[in-house]
Amino acid sequence: MGTTGTPTNITQGSRTSGGIGESTLRPDGTLKVTGEFAYSSDMWHEDMLWGHILRSPVAHAEIVSIDTSEALAQPGVYAVMTYDDLPTDVRNYGLEIQDTPVLANGRVRHHGEPVAIVAADHPETARRAAAKIKVEYRELPIVTDEATATAPDAPVLHPGRTDHHAPHAPHPNIVHRQPIVRGDVEEARGRADVIVEGEYVFGMQDQAFLGPESGLAVPAEDGGVDLYIATQWLHADLRQIAPVLGLPEDKVRMTLAGVGGAFGGREDLSMQIHACLLALRTGKPVKIVYNRFESFFGHVHRHPAKLYYEHGATRDGKLTHVKCRIVLDGGAYASSSPAVVGNAASLGAGPYVIDDVDIEVIALYTNNPPCGAMRGFGAVQACFAYEAQMDKLAAKLGMDPVEFRQLNAMEQGSVMPTGQRVDSPAPVAELLRRVKAMPLPPERQWETTEGADVRQLPGGLSNTTHGEGVVRGVGYAVGIKNVGFSEGFDDYSTARVRMEVVGGEPVAVVHTAMAEVGQGGVTVHAQIARTELGVTQVTIQPADTQVGSAGSTSASRQTYVTGGAVKYACELVREKVLEIGRRKFGSYHPAWATAELLLEGGKVVTDGGEALADLTDLLEDEVVEVEEVWRHRPTEPFDLRTGQGNGHVQYSFAAHRAVVEVDTELGLVKVIELACAQDVGKALNPLSVVGQIQGGTTQGLGMAVMEEILVDPRTAKVRNPSFTDYLIPTILDTPTIPVDVLELADEHAPYGLRGVGEAPTLSSTPAVLAAIRAATGLELARTPVRPEHLTGMA
Amino acid sequence: MRVTFRVNGRRQEADDVWEGESLLYVLRERLGLPGSKNACEQGECGSCTVRLDGVPVCACLVAAGQVEGRDVVTVEGLADYAKQRSAGGGCATAACGTSGPGTSLDAARQWESRPTDSATGEGTATSPRATLSPIQQAFIDAGAVQCGFCTPGLLVAADEMLERNPNPSDADIREALSGNLCRCTGYEKILDAVRLAAARQSEGV
Amino acid sequence: MDFLRPAGWEEALAAKAAHPTAVPIAGGTDVMVEINFDHRRPEYLLDLNRIGELGEWEVGEDTVRLGASVPYTRIMEHLRAEMPGLALASHTVASPQIRNRGGVGGNLGTASPAGDAHPALLAAGAEVEVQSVRGSRLIPIDAFYTGVKRNALAPDELIRAIHIKKADGPQQYSKVGTRNAMVIAVCAFGLALHPETRTVRTGIGSAAPTPIRAKAAEEFLNAALDEGGFWDNGKIITPSVAKHFAVLCAAACNPIDDVRGTASYRRHAVGVMARRTLTWTWESYRGTARTTEGAA
Repeated sequence: MGTTGTPTNITQGSRTSGGIGESTLRPDGTLKVTGEFAYSSDMWHEDMLWGHILRSPVAHAEIVSIDTSEALAQPGVYAVMTYDDLPTDVRNYGLEIQDTPVLANGRVRHHGEPVAIVAADHPETARRAAAKIKVEYRELPIVTDEATATAPDAPVLHPGRTDHHAPHAPHPNIVHRQPIVRGDVEEARGRADVIVEGEYVFGMQDQAFLGPESGLAVPAEDGGVDLYIATQWLHADLRQIAPVLGLPEDKVRMTLAGVGGAFGGREDLSMQIHACLLALRTGKPVKIVYNRFESFFGHVHRHPAKLYYEHGATRDGKLTHVKCRIVLDGGAYASSSPAVVGNAASLGAGPYVIDDVDIEVIALYTNNPPCGAMRGFGAVQACFAYEAQMDKLAAKLGMDPVEFRQLNAMEQGSVMPTGQRVDSPAPVAELLRRVKAMPLPPERQWETTEGADVRQLPGGLSNTTHGEGVVRGVGYAVGIKNVGFSEGFDDYSTARVRMEVVGGEPVAVVHTAMAEVGQGGVTVHAQIARTELGVTQVTIQPADTQVGSAGSTSASRQTYVTGGAVKYACELVREKVLEIGRRKFGSYHPAWATAELLLEGGKVVTDGGEALADLTDLLEDEVVEVEEVWRHRPTEPFDLRTGQGNGHVQYSFAAHRAVVEVDTELGLVKVIELACAQDVGKALNPLSVVGQIQGGTTQGLGMAVMEEILVDPRTAKVRNPSFTDYLIPTILDTPTIPVDVLELADEHAPYGLRGVGEAPTLSSTPAVLAAIRAATGLELARTPVRPEHLTGMA
Repeated sequence: MRVTFRVNGRRQEADDVWEGESLLYVLRERLGLPGSKNACEQGECGSCTVRLDGVPVCACLVAAGQVEGRDVVTVEGLADYAKQRSAGGGCATAACGTSGPGTSLDAARQWESRPTDSATGEGTATSPRATLSPIQQAFIDAGAVQCGFCTPGLLVAADEMLERNPNPSDADIREALSGNLCRCTGYEKILDAVRLAAARQSEGV
Repeated sequence: MDFLRPAGWEEALAAKAAHPTAVPIAGGTDVMVEINFDHRRPEYLLDLNRIGELGEWEVGEDTVRLGASVPYTRIMEHLRAEMPGLALASHTVASPQIRNRGGVGGNLGTASPAGDAHPALLAAGAEVEVQSVRGSRLIPIDAFYTGVKRNALAPDELIRAIHIKKADGPQQYSKVGTRNAMVIAVCAFGLALHPETRTVRTGIGSAAPTPIRAKAAEEFLNAALDEGGFWDNGKIITPSVAKHFAVLCAAACNPIDDVRGTASYRRHAVGVMARRTLTWTWESYRGTARTTEGAA
């Protein structure tokens, strides 16, 4: 851990142990290490059936006919459903635009689109039955990129669009377009002494969470359904599920099952509606579990992108302007493409002060796999490209790449290309200084007295080099990410907090609908309750829809927003507790009336530390409970022509230094170290903060050197839907990740905290790329880089 | 077909097993032991690592019929297995929980945390499983658990490595765990956990 | 699907004779993936796990008779001296968990061009002992691979063992993958020096429809070593010789573009690995090796 910045105990500083700022341990840790934690795929019910989905083998086709009779006649098969069997007129869903059919409606638009669903008494029975469904497809021409999607004769994927982006979309196959225009780029270009241009390609990344899409739907006696599910946002699921089922929302009761990672891939629905439909149709509980192959078709991916950048700078190294155009491939359905566009555009200039900006970002509808949320959400693709540009500019100016960045780094008070003033710390130059100041790992660590330890060389256990061709390179990058939902979205959360005496001890019970996906929100909620309520014992109740919405576990927002809601509810509980105290004991001590009172160590104390009452005595058998909604500062939409607007609530920053060793002959890469410095405002749980940073860093590493969903441009079919050919880093690919955490408080946020999860995923990829460029001297305008790119054999 | 074998020291029998089922499916869906995880079902992630006659294997790649008469240890039996080992015994014989297949809804509904002691992460209410194995405790203490889906497989693999190699170098740890994918942690805390367990083991803690 | 569980080898052969479509399953590391992903639904699965002798090996005077199911882990631990190339190849197989289950018999049965053992077997020199109720025969490794995922087995035959020539000189094995562990070969290369016969043998994986030897490269190198008296004088191999050997190895490839790599990269990488493994083995032969096997 690095040094601590400004003290951030904005609210009361509690002396209750296990409060914020401590590395308390996960409340679900014991269950998770014993195998008892119930993930969504672990659910089981007597008499349950297995659901299975029949998916399209082609990317774009008219469905001429579907014959389910033979499948339905199989022994052990309880139901087969297609579009025609959907119970209501609501037959589409979607996060923002309801353009995604629950089951294909006469047309499929991407490889793997759900066409029919089966329920049977064994997964194999269901699979065999699905194979007997006869679907006649008439293939249609595909569109796979900007040129084909916007060609004059291009097939329109969603004719008759009525969504609110449609009126300003330049073409019906463009989901959304967001320009950001500020200053005068033409004039600024005239002031530039050097100009660099670049065209960059960012591949399609998969979230590759380990717990596959799965869940259990149980029909209820009241005609409703209970759904146990792994998701990022229970209430958003509910809003999409209930109308399709024709049920009021209170008859679709959702409980969060254990979530095996998410990273954005569980924002969209997967098997939720299908399981409910089959359960309601058969009257039996239905479990659906995707295997890894299906999982690659069952969730959206990170948008692949083509990025064009032009930057100018003066001879003394000041940026003059940026001109940028980013084309995101949204695939067949909108998912969160509009918001990803907004992020890529508003953050497209990076954490730099540039007065003259001309940015245009679009997302396409194509027949490629649908793309949507993934950790970093639009900011990742842009960061890869603008950081490459910064290195190019520095090289052209003969400047040190870190010094060049520092010279142009934004700081608190800087103005974004959207016109928004950054009103909390933005220590961009300091983060770069810190990663640069860390000691470099020693050279040739693979040399041992017994020879080369191949595990520490590029190629690893595959024994490709004993040092031959190995060159070291060092690279830097820094990025900017927004925290929370933006562009005027009403981004709130809800917390219910109860305080009572149990077993002679005051206990706080916290209930939210926050999806714990591994990030440690449950740990932090308990810490907040301890800090605010002065208790040791905190129970975190399971997340479900019996409490108000917590919003999504995404956009690095949960500690901020649901943490904020828990804090707020605790404060209200505290006031009620103090009221009880004043009522009961007010006459015994004048401090009850005058002093600022706190709850600490199970007692009511004055701000001077004098104890006034034990909470057990105060509460006796009274139960204090509050459910409240909390929201962060409002944001504004971006102007559709200029992109101006206070669109974001908070920014977060991380910087990386990558040290790599490249076998330049074989094009194999070993990342030796990936150091990160990040400002987190206030580390509510330092252990979890570091864990988030190291995990995000590693996903960025994967994107740099191995992770890519390959789609055949001739057929729009996915070529590598498996963990055999979609590779994520192993422990032998992952370097040491030293982390330097800054804590510069954002006075607008609870405890001064800053969302942590995403920023490290941004700068990791370009830092690794920069280091590989330094080692090889190659330009490398795409990510991930593969051995063929490093050897000129692509 | 019927398959009879020992799991965590207890004789288990599964009936009406489809011949294409894996050991993983039988454990998870027929024997009430869903601790071994179904992340890839193609031997590429290690989440389903169990010990088959003492040897770490991917349960997803063992055909159910192949385990007839054999001995399996899963994460659910890891604490007892480690206890037996440290007591000088061979393979664990204590029984590990199985009432019905999978996780019942009653159990699932109760996954709320017990009131916790912040220092240990342990429920302060009497835990049904009084002790954890050293590697399990180290994973909690070191912050090596996030979503936790990779955790059971990593625990079985790491425990077996420490059995063979009580003082592993970092490179040894990385090699031994190279068959276990984790998507959350970036592996640093996992390395910390294994180092911690090794250190505690050598101190006899 | 039927699950056949022969208790012994003769019973297994009888079962295979009775059900020639039966798919043998030992480590399960190929078969179960296909079943789990619904790529294959064999009529019969023939479990070989109960046949103890398949997991055993005998070290003879000239060869090792390696039971078809001896796990890679055991090869790494116990047979490094006799079969250094195969031991190195074994270490590159997938993950520790897979190496604990998989064996060379499975690699040969699947006969994928990407199987890790093949280049080492080709380089060392080996024969595949196959049996059926009709009898037993030895198939030279060079004649074993007949096409993409096809081999010389008759429908009623099972692989009993592999007879691998004991190393009489240094051997090396290299594999390119796009990850530092748990990765399928983009391409692989095995090299064995045979000082007793003064020959060099090679094996190439994942760079042609089947595993192959680079025979022209071997012939060139054998002649060059002979002409230069290298076997006797132990001199460093002339860089131009090593380079031409690498070029000929690359030329022996007939690779394709696929998700794991491009054809031109595979050719290139085979050349690099050929040069490096030649250097390592020759250094070792000269007795000056600093790093022949590394920690692999």
